Amino acid sequence: MSLPILSLLIGLPFVAAVIMALLPRGNPSLLKGWALAAVALEFLLSLYLLFNLDHDTSAMQFVENYAWIPQFGISYTVGVDGLSFWLVLLTTFLMLIAIPASFSEINERLKEYFIYFFILEAAMLGVFMALDVFLFYVFWEFSLIPMALIIGIWGHERRIYAAIKFVLFTMSGSLLMLVAILALYFVTGARTFNLLELQKMVTPASIQPWLFAAFALAFAIKVPMFPLHTWLPDAHVQAPTAGSIILAGVLLKLGAYGFIRYNLTLFPEASREFAPVLIVLAIIGIIYGAMVAAIQKDLKSLVAYSSVSHMGFIILGIFVFSQQAMSGAVLQMVNHGLSTGALFLIVGWLYQRRHSRLIADFGGLQKVIPTLSFFFLLVMFSSMGLPGLNGFIGEFLILLGAWETNPAYTVLAALGVILAAIYLLWAYQRVMHGPVTNDANKKLPDLNRREFILALALAAFIVLLGFFPNIVLDPMQASITELLNQTTVAGLLK
Amino acid sequence: MSQMLWLIPALPLVGAIINGAIGKRLPRAMSAWLAVLMVTASFGVSVLAVLNLVALPEDARVIHETLYQWVGVGSFSANVAFWLDPLSAVMILVVTGVGALIHIYSVGYMAHEEDYARFFAAMNLFAFAMLTLVLADNYLLMYLGWEGVGVCSYLLIGFWFNRDSVAVGTDEKFLSPRSSATKAFVVNRIGDFGFMLGVILMFWTFGSLAFEDVFQGAETMFQVGAPVITIMTLLLFMGATGKSAQVPLYIWLPDAMAGPTPVSALIHAATMVTAGVYMVARSHVLYELAPTTLAVVAVIGTLTAFIAATIALVQNDLKRVLAFSTVSQLGYMFFALGVSAFSAGIFHLMTHAFFKALLFLAAGAVMHAMNEMIDMRRLGGLRKYMPITFATFLVGALALSGFPLFSGFFSKDEILAKGFAHGEVGLWAVSVVTALMTAFYTFRAVILTFGGKPRWKEGEIVTAQDEDEHSGHGARGLHPHEAPPVMWVPLAVLAVLAAFGGFIGLPHVLGTNYFDQFLEPVFQQPHVEISETLEWTLIAISTAAALVGMFIAFRFYRGSSTAPARLTSYYPWLYNLWVNKYWVDQFYDFAVARPGRWLANAFWVDVDGRIINGIADGLGRTFKNVGQSLRSLHAGYMRGYALAMLIGIVVVIAIVVMRP
Repeated sequence: MSLPILSLLIGLPFVAAVIMALLPRGNPSLLKGWALAAVALEFLLSLYLLFNLDHDTSAMQFVENYAWIPQFGISYTVGVDGLSFWLVLLTTFLMLIAIPASFSEINERLKEYFIYFFILEAAMLGVFMALDVFLFYVFWEFSLIPMALIIGIWGHERRIYAAIKFVLFTMSGSLLMLVAILALYFVTGARTFNLLELQKMVTPASIQPWLFAAFALAFAIKVPMFPLHTWLPDAHVQAPTAGSIILAGVLLKLGAYGFIRYNLTLFPEASREFAPVLIVLAIIGIIYGAMVAAIQKDLKSLVAYSSVSHMGFIILGIFVFSQQAMSGAVLQMVNHGLSTGALFLIVGWLYQRRHSRLIADFGGLQKVIPTLSFFFLLVMFSSMGLPGLNGFIGEFLILLGAWETNPAYTVLAALGVILAAIYLLWAYQRVMHGPVTNDANKKLPDLNRREFILALALAAFIVLLGFFPNIVLDPMQASITELLNQTTVAGLLK
Repeated sequence: MSQMLWLIPALPLVGAIINGAIGKRLPRAMSAWLAVLMVTASFGVSVLAVLNLVALPEDARVIHETLYQWVGVGSFSANVAFWLDPLSAVMILVVTGVGALIHIYSVGYMAHEEDYARFFAAMNLFAFAMLTLVLADNYLLMYLGWEGVGVCSYLLIGFWFNRDSVAVGTDEKFLSPRSSATKAFVVNRIGDFGFMLGVILMFWTFGSLAFEDVFQGAETMFQVGAPVITIMTLLLFMGATGKSAQVPLYIWLPDAMAGPTPVSALIHAATMVTAGVYMVARSHVLYELAPTTLAVVAVIGTLTAFIAATIALVQNDLKRVLAFSTVSQLGYMFFALGVSAFSAGIFHLMTHAFFKALLFLAAGAVMHAMNEMIDMRRLGGLRKYMPITFATFLVGALALSGFPLFSGFFSKDEILAKGFAHGEVGLWAVSVVTALMTAFYTFRAVILTFGGKPRWKEGEIVTAQDEDEHSGHGARGLHPHEAPPVMWVPLAVLAVLAAFGGFIGLPHVLGTNYFDQFLEPVFQQPHVEISETLEWTLIAISTAAALVGMFIAFRFYRGSSTAPARLTSYYPWLYNLWVNKYWVDQFYDFAVARPGRWLANAFWVDVDGRIINGIADGLGRTFKNVGQSLRSLHAGYMRGYALAMLIGIVVVIAIVVMRP
């Protein structure tokens, strides 16, 4: 038996949380130090996957399987493939960004704060690794609570409203999914929750659309897809910076990942049947999110709506069933995590300096804080898909793949590329350019050493993946080919 | 040194990275000369590479160099790979040659700027992107350069990002540098939307984006007039109308003049804006399969040339005259491409790079001497104060006007002749009228700037519109002076090129067109036979047009003629149409921007706010009312809330699961 790496990855944050609980409350630098050490250790541990993953197989790797509640066929089964391990790495990397990003922002109840983040990390990793539907559901629900608490306790003015809205939206989706999971257990006759077993079963055509819809609803809320997106701007605007980074960077990917791992493989016929519906909603989201982003007055809200637009690209990429588009979608999950995480980091830094997120309160900052401005500029171009930076190839592959299914999809979605330039450049212009008219902006400090290191780490990946996207694309090819085969063969059998 | 093409874009990239990262800490001179060195070295490597290329037999003149696979997914693949053939050879020599001269000039021109390093980093980055664009061996890498030059253009138009206006001593209102930068990028993105779709359609048509595969596929798989090729080439051309400022997307280029003048010379005259011309010429195999598209290209080019020339007639700002002239000259190039005279288009691209860079740099020298003031109504008489600048500007003006034997004469004449020979007599006639207008507005600018008596006073204070932000220039009185050697030497070199550069492409009746011969392996065009009589006639007509235009300019602006004022009062509607640039900006604002904002607001306030949130909050309130009775259980404290929820979930799960 080799190293139980995945269980270590899920377990380490829990251990870190317990140790955190035992540390003395009165020593914030000790708490911060331990928090950073823990997420750093976790990140290093996750690199094990990068170096040991077999690129040539679509099979699940690093699989661990323990019986949990055998009488109901529930097991603790975890594994990753060339697709999901990127999301694991994204999670551990963004945690490594988010934790130090909180150091100067969060001063109250640090202990709980870090504990919730550790639990959140374990839960998110669990979602990406689970190969048992029941286990998946437990992790899925578990990821909800710490995030709701982070928003509700450490958030801004309307934090309670935002937290409750977040919980209500997500819960209403996941409850139906729970019903569908149970139905899956009974109607397939498999009497197991093991995902790989369930994938071999054929769900009756009469019931497949219902189960598909129940899963899809939960995932669509999480992504979020139009018109279920309105919890996102509120949650982002109210969340503390690190909360926004993880929310946008990882939590939204849970939904997109769910579509790929569950909807496509468990309900291939229904996936094909309902694909046009999801695609149309995705395209509406791309254009709608971008348009609404353009007129936002609050920077965080702008980035939140831009996420609606960007996530639309990812859903489009998933549901056109193309090797290129699906690869692009997964690549774009990583990219969106980096770029949008970075954007929220920047807005957080601006907020800490000015105690405002309103675009109108800024102006001319490039003169005052040139390094932060340059980082903003780079991330902005990454977010609008500039070739040479990370965002381009993913977007291009999605548009390329979508064309094969229907050129109209590509044409409409590509409008989002134009709109992205409008909302980002216009925001940048109003925040960073122009004369410094507001006295409060005249003496802002530029990035400090800690902030600079975070910016540099993100910038490095933004450029690296721009010129070498194959680093991400290569390992996932086998899995995506297999995934598409499954949906195609199922479609033919029908 | 077999593999050296990659050095050509890589050297300026290194310069950009060094200046971007630590330029601020370097001594100013080091920062500037580093940038110059990198572009010059790139020019050196380019020359070596082109010598290697020319050493190859004519039918095998391609150097192909692959670095690595950029992206590979399923059947899709694109490399980072470079392709040097005679066409890209012309381009890299122009880009690095003219680029190096403009970099040198900038050392002097930007000497008083505090953000020296930022300027040179962006200039070097531009050289990297432009060289990638013209050296790429496939359309995806070309697109990287294509968007990259757009970013550099954005960065440099908005170089004075904190100033509301760069206009000095004028009552005209121009867009601020920051708005101009945003506008330029967004308008280009609209064009790039088409370009990207064209590239995607290309992949699904040919299964590859590499030039080799695409052109081979096009020749073997398609007949002339195949609809898919027509759509593809139209989409690609849409990108060209953005990047190369053609109707209907030309509106960004005049505003781009808000950037420093060397930027206007390098990016917005000599190189970047010609990217669309290069792209169409590069794709000539596709375009020749699509006569419909070629007709569109020819008509758009001619129309743009004409419209921009009419607007240039009434501009008061010297740089804006040159900007509209650039739009107009780019139109000529597209006219050439549209009549399949690809090498003539590239020839004009090259001569235009010489004389228009020269004109802009000379205009920059004027700004330098006149404390940034460039409103021609307040200039005049400068020939005595800056003779070198005057002489070089005059050479550029003669070349632009198509005065016989200057470079622009040969290239424009070739375009007009081939357009006529191609049977486009109508478009040819419009182009001749445009040539007349060109000579007129060019010499109007020469006379108003350098001729006559000064309309300014020694020691006069001219002020910038946003004086408090940008003090310094205006505070000093006017004492015009010749530019320093670091600025006039590049002017002199460009003047030589602008004067004599045309002799490599002589018309048939005068000698040999070496330029056409050099590009022959790329375009492989049948030689169009024109009778000697016709050729002489056409030369005579275009020469006459140039001379008449110059003559009118002299009559109008030498001395105190009232003719311009009288004409304006006779035809006020025409004057208003031109001075307001055909109200195209206003039209876009009215037809696109305003409805867009209105719709976005409706989405946000009504759809999100009222409808979706209304429903969600309504459901939320219902839950809350139900919960009132359980108030003791949740006192609004989030932790309790969550715990209860968790317990609830577990209970639900337990109940459901325990009931088999």
